[in-house]
Amino acid sequence: MAQVVFREATKTFDGVTALDHLDLEARDGELLVLLGPSGCGKTTALRLVAGLEEPDSGEVLIGEQVVNDVEPKDRDVAMVFQSYALYPHLSVRRNVEFPLRQRGVDPAERRRRVAEVTESLGLGDYLDRKPRQLSGGQRQRVALARAIVRSPRAFLMDEPLSNLDAALRLQTRADIVALQQRLGTTTLYVTHDQVEAMTMGHRIAVMDRGALQQVDGPQAIYDHPANAFVARFVGNPGMNLLPLLAVHEGPPAAYGDVPGGTVPLGAPFVTDPALARAAAVVQGASSPSLLAGIRPEHLRLGEDGTIDATVLIVEVLGAEVHVLCTLLDGTSKIVVRQEAAARRPGAGEGVRLVASPGTVHVFTGVSGARVGGSS
Amino acid sequence: MTTVSPPTGTAVTRGRAQAPGPPRRARRRRVREAALGYLLVLPALGVFGIFVFYPFAANFRLALYRTPPYPGLPSHYVGLQQVGQVLSSSSFLQSLGSTALFVVMVVPTGLILGLLLAVAAYRRLRAMAVYRIIFSSTVVTSVAVSALIFGTLMDPVVGLLPWLGLNPSPPILENTTWALPAIAVMAVWQFLGLSFILMSAGLSAIPDDVLEAARVDGATDRTVFWRITVPLLSPTIFFGVVVATIYAFQTFGQVDILIGPTNAAFEHVNLLVYNILNTIEVNKTSGQAAVLSIVLFVLTLGVTLLQLRFLERRVHYGN
Repeated sequence: MAQVVFREATKTFDGVTALDHLDLEARDGELLVLLGPSGCGKTTALRLVAGLEEPDSGEVLIGEQVVNDVEPKDRDVAMVFQSYALYPHLSVRRNVEFPLRQRGVDPAERRRRVAEVTESLGLGDYLDRKPRQLSGGQRQRVALARAIVRSPRAFLMDEPLSNLDAALRLQTRADIVALQQRLGTTTLYVTHDQVEAMTMGHRIAVMDRGALQQVDGPQAIYDHPANAFVARFVGNPGMNLLPLLAVHEGPPAAYGDVPGGTVPLGAPFVTDPALARAAAVVQGASSPSLLAGIRPEHLRLGEDGTIDATVLIVEVLGAEVHVLCTLLDGTSKIVVRQEAAARRPGAGEGVRLVASPGTVHVFTGVSGARVGGSS
Repeated sequence: MTTVSPPTGTAVTRGRAQAPGPPRRARRRRVREAALGYLLVLPALGVFGIFVFYPFAANFRLALYRTPPYPGLPSHYVGLQQVGQVLSSSSFLQSLGSTALFVVMVVPTGLILGLLLAVAAYRRLRAMAVYRIIFSSTVVTSVAVSALIFGTLMDPVVGLLPWLGLNPSPPILENTTWALPAIAVMAVWQFLGLSFILMSAGLSAIPDDVLEAARVDGATDRTVFWRITVPLLSPTIFFGVVVATIYAFQTFGQVDILIGPTNAAFEHVNLLVYNILNTIEVNKTSGQAAVLSIVLFVLTLGVTLLQLRFLERRVHYGN
């Protein structure tokens, strides 16, 4: 086992930057999730560790060793591919023992380890089957078995659950977490599914357009997103981002104007000088240069509301209800998450929204960076 | 006058309900669809019937008749006697031996070289698209053009060998030892384009991530090639073997253009198809040519079936 480190790692493909000066460390024994939309560079990062791509500049380290020039076969990492990448002409047994054969492990030890791993993953009855004779879930487990059979220094998992149906994905997600905890092997796990990231990762590295946006624990990322991208990407539905037209000093705390009303900004200017500076900037700007971010669960419908809105759609999800509204400017959308038992408004109905005090985040409109210690 | 009665109406209604029930309607639709299908294939069937099936059947009849070398004289029915006579002739046996040797030289060489070129071209290197066009260009080169090129290269005066300081005597295309390998080189070159295209298509069908998984799993380039690429390419290789064998059995153009029946090495390069051609053109005995063409058909079919029976066991058809 070992930590995996990116030092200023950069990779471009035909002039397009896939990875931009990535500085990141997966600690020894940690499950670090690389989260981001398609094309954000997360798979490229994983392939740099596997040795399937070489960085244009910067370094990749496994343990203390810089591995930029080390062949994939000599890196002692195991990778689980999105498509599983099983060897279609080999049986389950031969697939799982393939990495052991390449390392010259003697036949008796090979048999013992294959039996142990396949039994632990419930594959004992399928050893002589070919991959085409297995279901998607079984193939996925064979890919996992092939990865863990040789106790590598690190696991690299590239969206391994994306080809499974919802129920199986839930089960396998728990299996992978349990397996990683049992083995304690450093794991880099790539996904675009933020629920997967939140539930599996010890820490999450959120990426966008080849750059690292934030790396932290799941709760910290959810509660204190570093920028507007992270705020919007993490959470389902993501954080509401509204143009902040003006920022005013209390009392008792600062508040901001949004289309159709006001939102409480929590801290007074004296305790949050960054907010005060931003307020000065927004004052002179011709177009909104700040964004107010509010999680859907931090909003409620109520007569005491400070934002006027019109209901567009009401989505019933069973345990909860999402109310999608438009603000008075006609373009800004806002989602309210409420419990199923709460009163459901009808489409087209005018409503008033209340944002819980201390829950509103402020981001700059241009870079999306977080302003001060908002909420 | 009051003859219209309710029972009649009832009978008509019942008749309608029972007569064209759902199964019969479905059967009628199937018949209509089948008739349309036959109608659509009829033109192709007609063309094939006239130019392929009828000559094929007539050939079997022709094999039982001895045809005189001069036109206008009647053919005589000789039955299987002619078959035995052709099959036991020294010219046939030598032709069969040369053809077998030729197939052995052309098939593996053509396929292995095609595979090597495809593997080389598969690497994402600069200007590889140009090489791909060059490698596959022999597909569109006619036998006459390739014979002209190789005839010049093997010319004892202006060819490649004298330029290299090699002057085999007799010249290579008149040499009883080297004429057949020389023709085989030409055939391999000609087949290389198709072999390259086949292997390239087969390689591109192998998922990249399977090869990458093998590399991460610790396999060397050689292991990846032999343990992953070749098994996954086996359906293509198998298809290539069948196609190359048929191609080798049917080769004759190069012999016709560069060797000819008056060449000193002719007996050693008299491939089966060229033998058939000569039997008609020179000997004027089309009955014997018919026997030879049936032998060629049986041989090609037999070898193909043997390949299907034994080689296909080692083929992995993946998912």
